[in-house]
Amino acid sequence: MSENLQTEVKKICQACGNDRTRMMDIVRAVQQQFGQVSSEAMNLIAKSVNCHRVEVESVVSFYAFLSKKSKGKIVIRLCNDVVDKMAGVDRIAEAFKKELGIDFGQTTPDGKITLEYTPCIGMCDQAPAALVNDEVITYLSTDKVKELIDDIKKHYDPAKLKHRLGDGNNADELVHSCVHNGVRKKGRVIFSEYKQEAGLKNALAMSPVEVINEVKTARLRGRGGAGFPTGMKWQFTRAATGNKKFILCNADEGEPGTFKDRVLLTERADMLVEGMTIGGYAIGAEAGILYLRGEYAYLRKLLEKVLKDRRDKKLLGNNILGKQGFNFDITIQMGAGAYICGEETALISSCEGLRGDPKTRPPFPAQKGYLGLPTSVNNVETLCCVARILEMGAAWFAEVGSKGSPSTKLLSISGDCRLPGVYEFPFGIKVTDLLKEVGADDAQAVLIGGPSGQIIGPNDYNRTICYDDLATGGAVVIFGPERDMVEIAAEYMEFFVEESCGYCTPCRVGNVLLKKYLDKILAGKGEPEDLDILQKLGESIKTTSRCGMGQTSPNPVLTTLKNFRKIYEAKVKKSSDGMQPNFDIRKALADGETAANRQSVIYTK
Amino acid sequence: MSEHITFTIDGVEIKGKAGQTILQAADQAGIYIPRLCYLSELIPHGSCRVCTVIVNGKPQAACTQPITEGMTVENDTPELKEHRRNIIDMLFVEGNHYCMFCEKSGNCELQAMAYRLGIPAPKYPYLFPEKDIDATHPDIFIDRNRCILCGRCVEASRDIDHKGVFEFVGRGINKKVAVNAEANLKDSNFKVADKAADVCPVGSIIKKRVGFAVPVGQRKYDSKPIGSEIENKK
Repeated sequence: MSENLQTEVKKICQACGNDRTRMMDIVRAVQQQFGQVSSEAMNLIAKSVNCHRVEVESVVSFYAFLSKKSKGKIVIRLCNDVVDKMAGVDRIAEAFKKELGIDFGQTTPDGKITLEYTPCIGMCDQAPAALVNDEVITYLSTDKVKELIDDIKKHYDPAKLKHRLGDGNNADELVHSCVHNGVRKKGRVIFSEYKQEAGLKNALAMSPVEVINEVKTARLRGRGGAGFPTGMKWQFTRAATGNKKFILCNADEGEPGTFKDRVLLTERADMLVEGMTIGGYAIGAEAGILYLRGEYAYLRKLLEKVLKDRRDKKLLGNNILGKQGFNFDITIQMGAGAYICGEETALISSCEGLRGDPKTRPPFPAQKGYLGLPTSVNNVETLCCVARILEMGAAWFAEVGSKGSPSTKLLSISGDCRLPGVYEFPFGIKVTDLLKEVGADDAQAVLIGGPSGQIIGPNDYNRTICYDDLATGGAVVIFGPERDMVEIAAEYMEFFVEESCGYCTPCRVGNVLLKKYLDKILAGKGEPEDLDILQKLGESIKTTSRCGMGQTSPNPVLTTLKNFRKIYEAKVKKSSDGMQPNFDIRKALADGETAANRQSVIYTK
Repeated sequence: MSEHITFTIDGVEIKGKAGQTILQAADQAGIYIPRLCYLSELIPHGSCRVCTVIVNGKPQAACTQPITEGMTVENDTPELKEHRRNIIDMLFVEGNHYCMFCEKSGNCELQAMAYRLGIPAPKYPYLFPEKDIDATHPDIFIDRNRCILCGRCVEASRDIDHKGVFEFVGRGINKKVAVNAEANLKDSNFKVADKAADVCPVGSIIKKRVGFAVPVGQRKYDSKPIGSEIENKK
């Protein structure tokens, strides 16, 4: 076994050129083959790529899909996102526990199946859902869990799982997935007919500067949520000095409630790659990296095929479409389960084979990005827009939408509504119109932009979705009248606690404290002062955190405190005796009593 | 870019050099911006966030933010003091800090910062985490109960000692400093003379057998608050 490990790890490292910067590929491969990256494997990897052992451990311990301890051949990861909880994931969890005879975080005694929870896997419109290794299983029911486990036990091969195939490319033999696209509304930019290669041909007929100007004229802003003007980002990257430049596509769609990029990667991969190629031409990059979240590994083969086909058609590679000197190709970098890697500098760290810690800014990626070289990181939807802008022209692109937010936006809609799915709306749509369209007439609250966005109530439903009002990367989650908004806020805080990289104090500790106070309030032990503490603590986290995650993570608390204050106030009360209501003297004494092996005299009875 | 850059901190005009950070320029001018993870010999880590200042209306870490001509920096404001207190509070409840019998007491930057900012006791609930200690090394002791994850040891070992003895593992609230060995510090090539043995701001990396060489009462922060050495330059 040990000798086998030695040979195989060496082989894996060699296949990655013994390159330290390809650590992610190496540890992923070792994990896949051995169900763990053991202590011994870490030593072997460190030796092969010439780094310290603790550096390997640092990476392995950071990503949820990697582990030092052994996991089963099959790892079932049940998504426990808020929307899945609303769809009854607790019943599903019980069914899994019953069928497997183990709890979450455990492996079956035969060592074959591991059961875990995982945060949002991008299937909120078909919740509850789970990952079985790389396979996605949607619309889980207790019956389906039983069938699934019976099926797995027959072959222990996720590829052989019986399920209905989804629509579109989900049914392609390379994807073979039960996921369905759920496109409910096709707009003019992303989901209308487009002419392949036209955008790229037009781009190559222009100078790179002209391409950047076209994108600037279209006033395209990043679709990931931050909304930075894409043309400007490209201009900075083009102007920066560096002997190589890179364009990175951020396909790490981790914001709970977002799944529009999933559909683009499935149905618009060509458009996306075309957008990346145009970007490469514009900024002067020869290499692109598509950073694909670990949860979307089921799409990898399809994406590889798209890249290969485009290479065959001379749309990637050297002298693309006969344009002398324009060489550009794309590789796929897999993630391994870390929300923070959607932050652009954390994504770069991950591509470099490091923990997904965000980097210090300045320098910005446009100056010093991937491997210290000028880099542009763009969202999947942004790059799809680029392909269309170059195909149809800036004026066409900006014809719809609102003044400060031209064109359309994909929204992923889920939660308490009749028609969850992906919608392409023009920017500027009112929340109330959106709710009507998706079948949610009695919404108590709407989450716009995922938990890092804001939770609004009916008073704000006449507001519009655009960069200047309610900005969003695409997640819209609807909460019906029966939901407890404090509980929802607490659930989202649990997500941030789980996903903080831990680099800076406020995000690492502050989110834990916010969650603690919310739990106290939910347990009926909250005092009026706690609301003030929540507010001030939340503001401190937002002000002092190092990256966008901590700067937005208190939002579920702060926006519910603002928009649903009455619900909070009804849950807290001044204690009558002036004592701290959360102090339980019996509980505090219990440890001492255990140690002393007798009950305390004063406090019995 | 001109060699000299003029900007203001709390309305006071400061002259700095191109390439300096806000913290460096402020230190030179005798203005103290509270900080914990920063150490002048190391590349700023920017992780504790105590040095957060408001630059042209936007929060930034003074230790990593370069100065630019005409920028306005707010440092000593009630709001920032409150945020800094909250961060110090967080660091206290995140670990298990027992100042009264820690041998670093009086020399500890976390403790000194709490005193400077007027924190008699943390206001948040303690998290009481289980942390491990490593006493295997003959000359050095690691107590992770007191670690504030500032990263100084990681950087000093990597960039000054060129050894890479320390690295962060885990993430979020479970993040911790690990050593470059299967398990224990004794199995690494760490030496008591290493720079990394000298940089810990708290009582987490401690040299054995020297703990009370300087008696309590005569220690660094016993008579003057932390930061006075910088303010005295003015």
